[in-house]
Amino acid sequence: MQPSIDVSSSPADPMTPRMFRVLRNYNDTADCYTLSLQAEDGDPLLFAPGQFTMLYAFGRGEVPISISGDPSDPGTLIHTIREVGPVTQALREVKKGGLIGVRGPYGTAWPVKEAEGNDVVFVAGGIGLAPLRPALYQVLHRRSRFGKVALLYGARTPNDILYRDELEKWRSRFDMQVEVTVDRSQAGWRGHVGVVTRLISRTGFDPVNTIAMVCGPEVMMRFAVAELTGRGVAQEQIHVSLERNMKCAVGFCGHCQLGPAFICKDGPVFVFPEVKRLLSIREV
Amino acid sequence: MDTLQRILTSHPFFEGMWADHLQIITGCATNVRFEEGDYIFRQGEEANHFYLIRQGKVTKEISPPQSEPLIVQTLEEGDILGWSWLVPPYQWRYDARALTMTRAIALDGACLRNKCEHDRELGYELLKRFSLTVSRTLDATILQLMDVYAAID
Ligand SMILES: Cc1cc2nc3c(=O)[nH]c(=O)nc-3n(C[C@H](O)[C@H](O)[C@H](O)COP(=O)(O)OP(=O)(O)OC[C@H]3O[C@@H](n4cnc5c(N)ncnc54)[C@H](O)[C@@H]3O)c2cc1C
Ligand code: FES
Repeated sequence: MQPSIDVSSSPADPMTPRMFRVLRNYNDTADCYTLSLQAEDGDPLLFAPGQFTMLYAFGRGEVPISISGDPSDPGTLIHTIREVGPVTQALREVKKGGLIGVRGPYGTAWPVKEAEGNDVVFVAGGIGLAPLRPALYQVLHRRSRFGKVALLYGARTPNDILYRDELEKWRSRFDMQVEVTVDRSQAGWRGHVGVVTRLISRTGFDPVNTIAMVCGPEVMMRFAVAELTGRGVAQEQIHVSLERNMKCAVGFCGHCQLGPAFICKDGPVFVFPEVKRLLSIREV
Repeated sequence: MDTLQRILTSHPFFEGMWADHLQIITGCATNVRFEEGDYIFRQGEEANHFYLIRQGKVTKEISPPQSEPLIVQTLEEGDILGWSWLVPPYQWRYDARALTMTRAIALDGACLRNKCEHDRELGYELLKRFSLTVSRTLDATILQLMDVYAAID
């Protein structure tokens, strides 16, 4: 299991949010937007890639959202959010200069340090690219410490592709492979069409020395793990990020419990064998 | 060994296949090239071939009535295009079009079916390989059908 990062920058009461001001709030796609925040007290929010915060839209409620910015720039707190319900809608409506409450960071991290010396394969589906982006930044900052690096990203349609400019930039690097696919398309799109898992067989990596980090809808992660293990990557080398509804985010309330694990504390990033059985539990 | 047989031998689809079987298959193979925008085959046409894509990109398209064709999958170097030549009524179920200039090896399905009838071992080998392609495509289709990134109502 990944070690939790010490939440030293949080106030003494883990349930009390810190105030953050919105620097920018812009649309990435029709239903996704990115919030760029700065702490009112001026203290940066140090985090490890894969960790999340609880974002509080005043008067509406609080939701867990992964940090999607660069860990080496903790002065600006970035989250990319998909609008799915009341709280994510309320957060979208907070304008530049508005205030949002933030608790955290919480949870376990992607194994970037562990991955040094190995090939690294990121497999992202939909909004799952957001929680992976900090790990990708970290790998690219220390590029020489890793073998081959590949980002395989699947979106629903070409209009749903996140971080287009950055994907272009990464794709133009000579030291990483970037493949983007969409599940459905019409004329005009010249990229891949098909599910993200099909990209795995097109990617050059050494299965024995590869760390895979997978984030997206759970069904997609199951198929991705099957494809990776089919290529010879051991389950212990595959890491996934899970999501469940949360309330306290600090292991008190049991809201996020999945089998014996509390997603907020033991996750959200797990090494696959830890959650293999849980991933196939049908929830009621 | 001629060029075609060498290409077939090095293709992952034929990996581990006996040399005499490969020689028979090579007898049914030709080199083909499609320019950007060319249809490789159209829905409803007789399915006489399958293709090993060597270079380029091919779209599989479904044309719903009165609307734009929907691209359901793209295939690239190393992929196999088509198995309708293997199952009655030997008709294509979708259109295949070259998205970019595409080079491929076309394998004559009628010729292969005939050879497989006479050499059951060859038939079994080919079917084993196609089953794998079909099952992987089925897995991908299931995931695609689940529309996992769709908005939740
Ligand atoms: C650790 C963690 C990290 C997360 N990171 C991100 C992130 O980076 N960006 C982001 O957009 N979202 C992220 N989420 C999901 C986010 O927390 C939920 O979308 C949010 O809580 C929805 O709140 P709401 O009030 O807007 O909608 P709700 O009323 O709570 O939900 C609206 C609809 O969305 C569905 N829904 C709720 N949560 C999820 C979910 N996690 N996955 C799929 N469907 C869901 C509900 O079943 C319901 O149908 C994360 C969740 C967790 C646990
Ligand atoms: S959210 Fe309360 S225990 Fe995890």
